[in-house]
Amino acid sequence: MDSLLSERFLTELIIGGIAAAIPLLYASLGELVAEQSGVLNVGLEGMMLVGAFAGFVATLETQSLLIGLAVGGIAGILVSLIMVLFCVRLGMDQIVVGIGIVLSAEGATSLLHSTWFSRSYPRVPSAEGLPIPFLSDIPVLGPSVFAQPWPVYFGLGLVVFMTWLLRKTTIGLNLRAAGERPDSLDAAGVSVVRVRTAAEITAGLLAGIGGAYMAIVAAGTFTPFLTNGAGFIAIVIAMIARGRPWWTVLGGLLFGMSLSIATALQLAGVKVPTAIVFMLPFVSVVLVLIIFARQSRLPSALGLPYHRGSR
Amino acid sequence: MTAPATTPDELGAAEPVSGRLSRWATSTALAVIPIGLAFLISAVILALLGVDPVAFFGDIVTAGITRESGRFDVITRMAPIMLIGCGMIFAFRASLWNLGIDGQFLLAAAFVAGLGPVVMANLPVPLGWVVLSLIAMVVGASWTLIPSLLKARYGTNEIVTSLMMSFIGVYLAVVLVSGPFDGPAAVPQTDAVPRDAMLMDIPGTSVHIGFLVALVVCFVTYLVFARTSFGTRVDVLGANPRAAIHLGINVPRLIVVTFFISGALAGLAASMDIQGIFGYMRADWNPAYGLAVVPLVFLARMNALALIPFAALFSLMSIGGQYAARRAHIPSDFVLLFVGVLLLCMVGTQYLNDKRARGEPLLPHSLRRAGRG
Repeated sequence: MDSLLSERFLTELIIGGIAAAIPLLYASLGELVAEQSGVLNVGLEGMMLVGAFAGFVATLETQSLLIGLAVGGIAGILVSLIMVLFCVRLGMDQIVVGIGIVLSAEGATSLLHSTWFSRSYPRVPSAEGLPIPFLSDIPVLGPSVFAQPWPVYFGLGLVVFMTWLLRKTTIGLNLRAAGERPDSLDAAGVSVVRVRTAAEITAGLLAGIGGAYMAIVAAGTFTPFLTNGAGFIAIVIAMIARGRPWWTVLGGLLFGMSLSIATALQLAGVKVPTAIVFMLPFVSVVLVLIIFARQSRLPSALGLPYHRGSR
Repeated sequence: MTAPATTPDELGAAEPVSGRLSRWATSTALAVIPIGLAFLISAVILALLGVDPVAFFGDIVTAGITRESGRFDVITRMAPIMLIGCGMIFAFRASLWNLGIDGQFLLAAAFVAGLGPVVMANLPVPLGWVVLSLIAMVVGASWTLIPSLLKARYGTNEIVTSLMMSFIGVYLAVVLVSGPFDGPAAVPQTDAVPRDAMLMDIPGTSVHIGFLVALVVCFVTYLVFARTSFGTRVDVLGANPRAAIHLGINVPRLIVVTFFISGALAGLAASMDIQGIFGYMRADWNPAYGLAVVPLVFLARMNALALIPFAALFSLMSIGGQYAARRAHIPSDFVLLFVGVLLLCMVGTQYLNDKRARGEPLLPHSLRRAGRG
């Protein structure tokens, strides 16, 4: 058991947990914005997967983390345009379209991966950490928490920004109104379609970045079905966060750390079925939902298309 | 309607027939057009990947229709799809999004495979099949209880809860198969039941009787919604929960019951697959039917009889697609792309039809103006 508590081991554990948490953080933050505006973006998994593939290819070509994440984000936006067209503009069922996006993205990325990389299995160089002066000198916590690649800090900054945007600005007010009372927003002279379009594109962008981070930084490569349900976990995190961006950090870390612990236990040869460890965060969230069931409330127009003038 | 030659009497006689006919034609068109589009788009994608689409689809037909064994495989694969689809019809018609099918299915499969050897050793063959199927249905259904009770009591969004329960169910199935139900084999998998204790084949074929069970369930599901007040209550709940309350329907109970049926049918599907095809379960087995069946249910417009041909199409695409993909050196995940594209084409076709039904022009105003030059 000594090896379990060694400094190096704990450091690796935390690094792994944060690496798994960051994609969830980005994706669930995007989903949160979409949900606040009344769009239930079930296709999140598909956006992450496409972002992961596009971002991986871009980083492979350019060796640049920044370009990889940017291309991943753009790819996510392109996928989200399907949602925008069918659900926001044409008012079709959001869940059906979302499932269509997930299935198509799974098939498409798997096909592309096999045509381009089936024999080579290329990897991208691991991302360099950005140590924060002084803080990174703390034992264990220093090299693990305070020497992360820059997108980690950027993601936390984004959470702060989103909190401000949602709570303190007219944009945030419009966003929440589009999810709660779209007809009132329309009556106030703001286009519901435009607000929801912007929110959905934000969701695509952040999901794409999250997916790209997963492939480039966390995995270092792309494999078919790389996201492995992370998109759905992010949807759940966003629903529980209910408009409070900070909760996406907590949720992301909860799931990320348990993934990391499962891997670590496996490496340390401890005889606990990894499936049990994977299960724990879901069990805890279901327990939370059962205990706080009365307080769980989602935007009242969530999932409902807005048709102008219909009642 | 303005034709002066027809008397009101003739109109009255002709209306229902032509009305029914045109409705039938519409729903056929709404299914055929997206399928055609999906074939077209996937042919283009195949061509872009450097695969000859004609040869690819030809291989699907060869492997799934021309060969007798392929034909039987296709029919065998239809059983779980039809059963899961009927379960989805119950939930979706009530506007309840049971997205936890995979967990319900796998957990039930783990119990059938784990208890199978013991049950079959102690019970005569047909009774053992029934007992195992009942166990599977209870397990599958009980996995819906947390989502449905939370939904019924507090209105908690069932998408989140059923998804969470699905993840837990999938992992729990792995834990069960690699732990308490683990057999003597080197890889984590359950003990197998003897070959003669598995579901019998339909005489003259290699299709196990699960297909007949699925046919019966489809027919019963159809009747429930066409002929019974229970089906109508589910439809009312799906159309307007508030109206359902005003009609005196016990909405919380109905939510729990529909969810329960939906999970039970997923469990039955698992029982048929394990008892009919494998006789045991490997810890890493997960056919992931959950999301892939959703498009079929929508294509069938939530009609259990119409589900059958679409189940056949999907089954053909996945069995034949496996062979065709291997020959073309592409992954069999192509089928997922096909189904996803099909779903999106279907939504687009539906939109255009809704527009047509409202009497609006199909093209946006600006586009029509541009077309006229």
